[in-house]
Amino acid sequence: MMQRKPILRVTSKVFMPFILIFALYVQFHGDFGPGGGFQAGVIFGSSFILYALIFGLHDAKLVLPSVVLEVMAALGVLIYAGTGVVSFFTGDNFLNYNSLAHDPLHGQHYGILIVELGVGLTVFAAMTLIFYTFAGRGR
Amino acid sequence: MLDILDIALLFFMAVTAISILRLKNLFAVVMLGGIYSLLSALIFVNLDAVDVAFTEAAVGAGISTVLMLGTLALTSREEKQEKKPSHKIWLPLMVCIATGAALVYGTLDMPRYGDPNAPIHKHVAPRYINDSMDEVGMPNIVTSVLASYRGFDTLGETTVVFTAVVGVLILLTGRRRRDKREPTLEELEEQEEEV
Repeated sequence: MMQRKPILRVTSKVFMPFILIFALYVQFHGDFGPGGGFQAGVIFGSSFILYALIFGLHDAKLVLPSVVLEVMAALGVLIYAGTGVVSFFTGDNFLNYNSLAHDPLHGQHYGILIVELGVGLTVFAAMTLIFYTFAGRGR
Repeated sequence: MLDILDIALLFFMAVTAISILRLKNLFAVVMLGGIYSLLSALIFVNLDAVDVAFTEAAVGAGISTVLMLGTLALTSREEKQEKKPSHKIWLPLMVCIATGAALVYGTLDMPRYGDPNAPIHKHVAPRYINDSMDEVGMPNIVTSVLASYRGFDTLGETTVVFTAVVGVLILLTGRRRRDKREPTLEELEEQEEEV
């Protein structure tokens, strides 16, 4: 797309790792500060959208094919619902994380982390896929 | 001081909304839409709702602006000029004023802005604030409400996002396949008849 824009290419390359790290921070720090799976997924997705905008959709799809994203979108919902089903077998209600570990508070902590990971995966894959589809229509 | 900030931000939002209405250049409209989302994110920060502000800034000002730009690339950059308004403006104007007046009348019954005794602060909020540290153990109460107390709702939201992407994929990538479809039996017969 923008083959002759060296400033954009260099700055986006410099920014990419920081955006990804920030997304991971928002994802796994969501229980202590603002943020969580939804915001982290959007930020993670926006870094790939930035890459696709600067280097073209074709290169972005080499890094992250849409098949992988389709699987990830479904996997996120599966992780979330699966956590709920696991708490069935450990002797609690659906999506009650108390019995996931020996201590209820630890169980809650693990449960929330896993569930937020599911949300983050689905949102990231969904946002990036929607952008891929929109951007791929024009050609 | 915070009230002045709120009023100023709401004023800017109104100005942005009116300029969106008046502009014909859709590129500028999309950009102003992003600014509108950013302003509402600032209002959420002012209300101490940082999680919501975060989402609004990331989704409203970030992703949806990019998606709208992607849509603009497929359609046109200028709004089509309507030749002549085919309807009188008085009826829509009256409907708008009547609805607006009814809504304003409805707000008269609502509790005052920031009232600690409002019903919404008396229902489940005290339980979350007092007990969530013992029951869930998260310093961020928003996260414990979202993922634990209201985990079922969040599961539904995640499913909605998933359904949305499935819908987009079916609608936008299915069409190309239909263009390459095999000719039906009737069309083949017609071709044979022509030959």
